Amino acid sequence: MTIPFTHLLFLAILLFAMGAACAMTQKNLFMILIGVEVMLNAAGIAFVAAAMRWQDMNGQVMALFVMTVAAAEIAVALALIVCIQRRTRSTNADHCSMLKG
Amino acid sequence: MTVLNIIFYIAAAIVISATGLAITRQSAVHAVCYLVISFMGTAVLFYLLGAPFLAALEVIIYAGGIMVLFLFVIMMVKDQQSPVDKPSRIRKWLPAIILTGISAVMAGLLVFADSGNRLHPPAVMGTPQEFGLILFQEYWFPVEIVSLLLLAALIGSLYLGRREARDEGLVIDSPLIPLDSPVSIEDTR
Repeated sequence: MTIPFTHLLFLAILLFAMGAACAMTQKNLFMILIGVEVMLNAAGIAFVAAAMRWQDMNGQVMALFVMTVAAAEIAVALALIVCIQRRTRSTNADHCSMLKG
Repeated sequence: MTVLNIIFYIAAAIVISATGLAITRQSAVHAVCYLVISFMGTAVLFYLLGAPFLAALEVIIYAGGIMVLFLFVIMMVKDQQSPVDKPSRIRKWLPAIILTGISAVMAGLLVFADSGNRLHPPAVMGTPQEFGLILFQEYWFPVEIVSLLLLAALIGSLYLGRREARDEGLVIDSPLIPLDSPVSIEDTR
């Protein structure tokens, strides 16, 4: 494996940008969550790539923590979506405006 | 340019295109299906980058756990139905042809590359033993914190997702509430 580190970073940055674009442009709450997932996944790729670049296991441990936090975040976020859907009967982010003044 | 390099770039291309398709779908179910492909490709990348344990966890936690949870909730909340379009013959066969082609290319690379003598093992071999040693020797405190975080997430999602006894007779399929008015479910009954 002789992949340049820059290629790996480019892949991670591209994925992160795609996830961020998805989270910012989509209206559906599920699609926003999917964008967040893609961003976290890109962060994991960057950590593992750094672990290989510097021959250090700490990066892989960090990737594991990223995965764990993603799992916890998704569990709470999906429960929130269910809650919002019961309230507004919709999964559109624009309809969650009940807190507006 | 070894075989592993070529496989790496193929996997990276699969990850990028699957993610690109996922984030542009209108239907969340389709997006989740593409995302599963993306996570599988990421697992291949992790394996090639010397993290076989993380590759297994990626498949188990992301593709197996989180995405299935997504699908459960998507089907639970029962959003507005998107029209099902009948795929044409070419649209039905194109994905199968592409997938078969990629698999054939990868298999050919592995089989016909000169007998695998030059396949060096990845630089960092993050075997599960090594991984566990570092995790529980140097990172024992973050592990405890993360376990607390998971417990908080479990309790929080249970609390948020609980259905009150009064809501049992709720009719899910009733027409939409006017969404501009700040009306809650209790008010409509």
